[in-house]
Amino acid sequence: MAKATREAYGETLAELIQKNPKIVVLDADLAESTHAAVAGRKAPERFFDMGISEANMIGTAAGFAASGYIPFASSFAMFCTGRVWEQIRNSVAYPHLNVKIVGSHSGITVGEDGVTHQAIEDIAIMRAITGLEVYVPCDQYETRAVIEYVASSTNPCYVRLGRSKVEDVFDADYKFDINKINVLRKGENVAIFCCGLMVQSSLEAAKLLEAEGVHATVVDVCSLKPADIDGITDILKSHEHIFTVEEHSITGGLGSLICEVASEKCPRIIHRIGMYGFGESGNYKELLKEYKLDGEGVYDQIKGYLGE
Amino acid sequence: MDRKELQKHANNIRINIIKEVANANSGHPGGSLSAADIVTVLYFNVMDINKDNVGTRDRDRFVLSKGHASPLLYAVLAEKGFLPEEELLTFRKMKSRLQGHPDINELDGIDMSTGSLGQGISAAVGMAIANKLDGQGHRIYALLGDGECEEGQVWEAAMAAAHYKLDNLCAVIDHNHLQIDGDINDVIGPDPLDEKFRAFGWNVLCIDGHDYDAIEAAFNAAKECKGKPTCIVAETIKGKGVSFMENQAGWHGKAPDAELTKVALADLKGE
Repeated sequence: MAKATREAYGETLAELIQKNPKIVVLDADLAESTHAAVAGRKAPERFFDMGISEANMIGTAAGFAASGYIPFASSFAMFCTGRVWEQIRNSVAYPHLNVKIVGSHSGITVGEDGVTHQAIEDIAIMRAITGLEVYVPCDQYETRAVIEYVASSTNPCYVRLGRSKVEDVFDADYKFDINKINVLRKGENVAIFCCGLMVQSSLEAAKLLEAEGVHATVVDVCSLKPADIDGITDILKSHEHIFTVEEHSITGGLGSLICEVASEKCPRIIHRIGMYGFGESGNYKELLKEYKLDGEGVYDQIKGYLGE
Repeated sequence: MDRKELQKHANNIRINIIKEVANANSGHPGGSLSAADIVTVLYFNVMDINKDNVGTRDRDRFVLSKGHASPLLYAVLAEKGFLPEEELLTFRKMKSRLQGHPDINELDGIDMSTGSLGQGISAAVGMAIANKLDGQGHRIYALLGDGECEEGQVWEAAMAAAHYKLDNLCAVIDHNHLQIDGDINDVIGPDPLDEKFRAFGWNVLCIDGHDYDAIEAAFNAAKECKGKPTCIVAETIKGKGVSFMENQAGWHGKAPDAELTKVALADLKGE
């Protein structure tokens, strides 16, 4: 079944808010889009629309957390990370307050809204903040697992979600260990680290490579911080050609994370696939094709590198 | 506590502000001295905070949104007996609990990490809503600088506080008219702050921020106001109590040398 990760967020939070009286939900005038409203309707007295005031939303969430609540603060990824980076650093992370920041519509697949709404730097800037955890789930089941996990933890975090529907990668019975990588298919020599929507593209690319006799390992990295250093190192050690695929700038995101791990644990040449500049307006499928981030695009890029 | 005792505490707090900043050779004396009377009245005659409940959330809370007035916060916490007075001399030193700007995790009685202007008032909004959800009936106080009100986030918070009818929230503006670059109205002109807060839906009270009776009366009036948050615009003198610091923007964030420290302490001790 295909479902957007933001939909899974709304559904999961709707269940959690009824079970846990300490959960409060904040949004900044995008509650229907982020699906925070789905949870809000289950407990209207604990849902707060803060209006188009993201800085105050983050600060208010910090105040809730300092009062023993578990606030989920949502907006588009662009506006609940970049616009409020310093509020997150100083009012959430430094005091280590239990705020859950959930950014939907991340990456270029927000589509027609164009560059102003396409967060392709959010992982980089959130990852840079001390003590802030960063999760990028790839389908509805992983999103559910992440939301349940962060609701039960006392750490501040950023969860990155997408707008478009995605095919299931896992099933309802999959047992997630949130802070471990998930090896989705085992190959040899070629390893593809990916996260979020790019798990779909990477799996498609792996299929296309398979038809040509190239067996690729596909690794879903949902927890970018804390990172599963041992798990990543094992993959680096057991493969020759390493690729990273993300719907994000090639600077500071998953590609950078894998480079960091490699540089300390197992030096390798890492080919980073992602955004090399700003995107543009357009249908999201056409954008993925244009920027070579759909299955075929990723396949082409990997083949290009392997042919070098 | 009567006026005379309040004055004694406020004066001791001012002396400690000077000692902290002079010893650290760093820190913000001007805006700490200007708000000393307000904070003294708040901690001794208004808030339900004491040694037994300071480590809990079951009490009134105070957010120092103008976090650079940390010497004042630490001095009042010491004056209340929540930390040893001699610890004030660790202010801004390595390994001290008394960081340059307040850190919520260092000390009971620091209710929010602040220092980046405009953010504390938002946290106070969250605390006030949370307090209403809890049905606790405690009050949330926030102290802001007048220059701080140049931050857009203050007005986002002001809008939200009125929208959510946070009558358990009381903000005080330390209206000392000076910021680092000079007179606030030469820099960018945040005045008239009273009219702005009123337009945002707040109950606004304008007082002399060095008149103990007026300060206490304003806090009491704020408690009586239902359905909206209260903003107390307190007219103050930056550097109040130290002759050479009064009304001088230059003493916003500068420590006096040994000679001037002697003069400052003599001023405050009435010598």
